[in-house]
Amino acid sequence: MEVTGSELSTTAIGLKTKIRDMFSMLPIMGWLFGALIAVILEQIVGTPLAIALGLPKIPALFGFLIMLKKPMLVPSTMLYVLLIFILPIGIVARLSFAAANRLAERLINFSMPGSVFVHLVVLYAIFHIWAGISDYRLLTLKFTLIAIMVTVSLNVINGYLGEFSCSHPGFMALGAYTASVFSVSLFVNDSMFGHALIPSFLGPFLFPIGLILGGCVAALGALIVAIPSFRTRGDYLAIISLAFMFIIKSLIENLEFVGGPRGLSSQPDWANLPTVFVWTVVCIWVINNFVRSTLGKALNAIRDEETAANAMTVNTKRTKVVAFMFAAFWAGVAGGLFAHVLGYVNPATFSIQKLAEVLAMVYFGGLNSVYGSIVGAVSLSLLGEALRPLELFKWIAIPLLLILVMIYRPTGLIAFKEFNVKKLIQPKKKKGKEV
Amino acid sequence: MVFFFQNLINALQWGSFYALIALGYSMVYSIMMLFNFAHGDIFMVGAYIGFGVAMGLMALASLMSFALPGWLVLVVTILLSMFLTSFVGMFVERVGYRPLREAPRASAAITGLMIGIILEMLILWGVGTQRISFPPLIETITYSINGVFITNKKIMIVGVSLSFMLALHLFIKRTRWGMAMRAMAFDFVVVPLMGVSINRIAAMTFAIGSALAAVAGILFGVAYPVLDPYMGILFGWKAFVAAILGGRGSIMGATLAGFLLGFIEIFVAMIFPSTLRDIIAYSIVLLILVFRPYGFFGEPYSAKLRL
Repeated sequence: MEVTGSELSTTAIGLKTKIRDMFSMLPIMGWLFGALIAVILEQIVGTPLAIALGLPKIPALFGFLIMLKKPMLVPSTMLYVLLIFILPIGIVARLSFAAANRLAERLINFSMPGSVFVHLVVLYAIFHIWAGISDYRLLTLKFTLIAIMVTVSLNVINGYLGEFSCSHPGFMALGAYTASVFSVSLFVNDSMFGHALIPSFLGPFLFPIGLILGGCVAALGALIVAIPSFRTRGDYLAIISLAFMFIIKSLIENLEFVGGPRGLSSQPDWANLPTVFVWTVVCIWVINNFVRSTLGKALNAIRDEETAANAMTVNTKRTKVVAFMFAAFWAGVAGGLFAHVLGYVNPATFSIQKLAEVLAMVYFGGLNSVYGSIVGAVSLSLLGEALRPLELFKWIAIPLLLILVMIYRPTGLIAFKEFNVKKLIQPKKKKGKEV
Repeated sequence: MVFFFQNLINALQWGSFYALIALGYSMVYSIMMLFNFAHGDIFMVGAYIGFGVAMGLMALASLMSFALPGWLVLVVTILLSMFLTSFVGMFVERVGYRPLREAPRASAAITGLMIGIILEMLILWGVGTQRISFPPLIETITYSINGVFITNKKIMIVGVSLSFMLALHLFIKRTRWGMAMRAMAFDFVVVPLMGVSINRIAAMTFAIGSALAAVAGILFGVAYPVLDPYMGILFGWKAFVAAILGGRGSIMGATLAGFLLGFIEIFVAMIFPSTLRDIIAYSIVLLILVFRPYGFFGEPYSAKLRL
């Protein structure tokens, strides 16, 4: 039988839809199982396989670093990624889809929070095992999670409220310094603050108080930006928030008791992976609920037409203050975590560079969408790390990518999409069947 | 009194840099309703182009064993760099802003920021990380009037910037092109229907703004002869503050606010410890904006203006 071109293409399309159908039935649980198996596999056979393939050690970030540094190792690195990640995830996810679907359905019928909890535990296990391979992975993962918090909280102002706020590094700085002063002055024998007042074994338990304090100070600082926003919007508010950022940075540089421009160091190492993970999850959960609440919808109303929103009984002043303080709170918490992950902060960290980075994450991921912010933060942080071997050209490649995204999708990759947890974790049904 | 006048002269010089850069922001704003966030980096590129042109001219002169007077080199450098930098501005407009004319304004702001980073990196790649020093084209002569010290460079810098501002004012008020720009600033929907090409006007606005930034860059190089690829960032943002303070899209306002910001920064640094400069300067800016939320010459507007 002769195969014509058109027949060939129809079989190709058929194969494509077949594969798509096959994977569209997979619930998120299946993917998580696959990833879990993959990271466990890497833990067990990663090192021998890497040596057998001629790699110096286990590729840290899916082989990007090695491939860019030594082009000779590209085939073996790709083979490694294929064998350790792509094939196991694909095969396990495909094989377990019936079981995963059943499990997901049973869990969701049992209790919704319980189901979310199980998913999160599996996700954490994947992170934990994946990051256990090297300290570099652990650090990258922590910074990525913190970037998610900052980006999601900035999206509340820049996306949902529709203002162009430039003050987020300032809020982060407030949180970082408050939390650092809290932990260094109370728990550490330090030259700047003297002896520890509280035994340090209590530290990790009281650490959340320090973070929340940092968040609250940042929220108070947000009032400076929020109150002028009653009378002005747009570019003028951008300047007010920018001036606020300069003022905070300069203020910290002039405060000698936190080290001035030299910075503040010797933060205890409390921001371990579980802490950062839990805070990130809580942050996403709270912000997602906030933007889907009546108050969150009021933000959108103000963005679209402030006068009309006011006429429709939206208390615009209260809404703006709440939005700014809320976003600043989470930026402050993220700043506190950032300081403790790094073990050092200085005012120069929270300057224009940080602002450009955070803004890029928000606008790359997509406005008005928690989902988009997560995507933006994760992809830009990982890209920033993965392209590190390019050195200078990294800072040409990433901006070029952003310009392209802005030109072809001006509101970002995934804009105006709601983050629906239930939809995400529910079992996938076959097409055509009623749910 | 001597102290005051001495600082007044320093402030005039410092303010003229801000004013020249702020003019570029303001002109682009009045036409396109958006801020060109790459402008600070265009200022930096202008300074580097000026450096290249000056070095090239001096090398050419020595090669042909021909003594060029320093002021002539400076004049040619300024004019040639203005010409070259205007192409950088037009390129930025073509790549980063024209495709985004219908997009939300914040997206264009992001492309501007990113183009700024790319410009920095290109300079860093081309020149290297070491700071380079601008050639001393004219000798410094210090005059003393009743104890106030004035150098010929300061007079030259303030004079050149003021004359370029005046030239811009005349261009906008007296020429056909200037009229087209004013018309476009007034209404960018109807005016293109009257046969004025918005693409051409936008490119021209970017070119003029960039040329002024190049002037600021070269004058900065003359006054503080150290160039580094990141010098545009802070200058750009501060000039942006000045442009907003003056009132968006107001040429007059941008000039005045540029000088005002220079005065605030210099006098705060003189009266208080210089580390407090940014806090006090920006607190003053914040207060001004709280009481005059639309700047000195701006008008209240609805955010829907562009839509």
